[in-house]
Amino acid sequence: MSIFAELFEFLGARKKFWLLPLLILFLIVGGLFVLSQGSVVAPFIYTLF
Amino acid sequence: MLVLGISAFYHDSAAALVRDGEVVAAAQEERFTRKKHDPGFPVHAIRYCLEAAQASGASVDRVAFYEKPFLKFERLIETYLAFAPRGFESFRKAMPLWIGEKLFQRDLLLRELSAISPELGEKAKLRFSEHHFSHAASAYYPSPFESSLVLTMDGVGEWTTTSAAIGDGRSLAIHKEIHFPHSLGLLYSAFTYYTGFKVNSGEYKVMGLAPYGEPKYVKDILEHLIDVKPDGSFRLNLDYFNYCTGLTMTDPRFDALFGGPPRRADEALEQRHMDLAASIQAATEEVVLRLTRALAAETGLRNLCLAGGVALNCVANGKALRDGRFDNIFVQPASGDAGGALGAALAVYHDENPDGGATRIIKRPDAMQGSYLGPAYAQSDIERRLEAAGAVFSTVDDQALIEKTAAALASGQAVGWHQGRMEFGPRALGNRSILGDPRSPIMQKALNLKVKYRESFRPFAPSVLRERVADWFELDVDSPYMLLVANVRDEHCRKMSTDEQALFGIDKLNVPRSDIPAVTHVDYSARIQTVHRETNPRYHALISRFEQLTGCPVLVNTSFNVRGEPIVATPEDAFACFMGTEIEFLAIGNCILHKEHQNPALARDYKSAFELD
Repeated sequence: MSIFAELFEFLGARKKFWLLPLLILFLIVGGLFVLSQGSVVAPFIYTLF
Repeated sequence: MLVLGISAFYHDSAAALVRDGEVVAAAQEERFTRKKHDPGFPVHAIRYCLEAAQASGASVDRVAFYEKPFLKFERLIETYLAFAPRGFESFRKAMPLWIGEKLFQRDLLLRELSAISPELGEKAKLRFSEHHFSHAASAYYPSPFESSLVLTMDGVGEWTTTSAAIGDGRSLAIHKEIHFPHSLGLLYSAFTYYTGFKVNSGEYKVMGLAPYGEPKYVKDILEHLIDVKPDGSFRLNLDYFNYCTGLTMTDPRFDALFGGPPRRADEALEQRHMDLAASIQAATEEVVLRLTRALAAETGLRNLCLAGGVALNCVANGKALRDGRFDNIFVQPASGDAGGALGAALAVYHDENPDGGATRIIKRPDAMQGSYLGPAYAQSDIERRLEAAGAVFSTVDDQALIEKTAAALASGQAVGWHQGRMEFGPRALGNRSILGDPRSPIMQKALNLKVKYRESFRPFAPSVLRERVADWFELDVDSPYMLLVANVRDEHCRKMSTDEQALFGIDKLNVPRSDIPAVTHVDYSARIQTVHRETNPRYHALISRFEQLTGCPVLVNTSFNVRGEPIVATPEDAFACFMGTEIEFLAIGNCILHKEHQNPALARDYKSAFELD
């Protein structure tokens, strides 16, 4: 669970707590993608990631 | 204080080790795994660095990672938010990667480091440096300047795409930044993609293609794609690009502006693609010059350090030098992401060195040691390895090595040259090189077809003795890392006839245009490496002997590999490449190998062994 503490700390340092609800939403939706896919697929457009 | 720097998980992983501010070792992972631009955790490169420094994991004080994953994730989330609901497809593909892996990079790093040595993987040792700060540190700290402007430009790091920093003594501070999605590197990459080359590795091909074209689209680029202010700051018009939300670089509007869809990799290059390459090159130079001029005027600094992928654009670097706003320019030889490993280590060292009074180490010509920072092999080890590989070789003394190799070059042979420590960065600088006689009108074609296995529109680069560079090229400064372009001097050039001028592409390149045609581009330019006795005495001696034999202090220098293969690292790699290509003569350390003496059964099909780049 340390990842959540680190993310929380990061948002605090960046003064971007407004991102928190969005982040939770993204993590849930993204987590669903992971579960539904069963495998991790690298995006084609590698310049950005 | 011992600091290990790491770049990984994106493109061209690498490790570097800094001891008390001095660069001890640095290498890219691809050289060990033989996988071009290997993005994996650089376990081999780290092991090599520790071995080179005779250090254990416990003796490493800090481990510095070259970027900040959370900050990158923040950029991703905010970008998706800004463009929603567009970008869903990209989001769907990116999120599993982030949630499954990238968000946990700290844990992943600690796990991998612990596997090398439990003490190396201690959480308290790990630091993260911002991507562009790592680039800036990689250029400034090894430079020979007491103070300097430091300009970094690339596709994108976390948020930053362009930064101007000021280095003064041991301090380095960011002065200005331009943020994603406005990126000169991504603009260049958009044209790389559009002209049918691979993004992130084909940019140098676009630069090499540019001299064949007319910059007839510059106006369109500057009017529609990028708004450049007089101070060089810029904004891209995102209506023409797809990289924020899509899976391609460019948008249909981009296609419409430039008269058609992107070229497929298997489609022939046409004049239009050459004109596009010339245009984006000219536009890039315009932006770089506006930036350097404005920053020179604003800061009053007379030294310039460059890093980031765009700093590998040696044509733009050459123009910035000739522009005269700066007296001295230093370009980090590993300007791409591999160099971030070195920069992160240097940044952390200068930030955290417990000896607060320690000053920065400044060396001349610079602290990169010619970029010869990779593994070397002792003579006895080379002989043992060659014997095990079944090679037929003779061992000679230093003088005979130089004599025989220079004679082979003067007789027109393609020579493999594997000496000393491997280079760090994308260029072979005379320790892992294929060499040839630049005077030969057929050398360019022969090396391309028989050795490199490519029909290239790019000429090879010249290595020239530093003390003779001004006699052959319009350049009289150090360019030890092949990162400055200048013209061949007029007295060595031969003007092309009208008929020759009208030739297209490779046919034009095959017209002898100078006394050293193999290294002269169609616009009479050359990507110059100056060779210095201080950093590479053996290579310097070889070129000097070649000059005595031929009157020419220049050699063709191309990387020791075939297309798609990482540059050779070990003597075995060199022998395999020698046997798989038509290299006729090979020198590894003091061992000499002639092709005709080798067992033909050891040759292997090398042409299709590597995925094309």
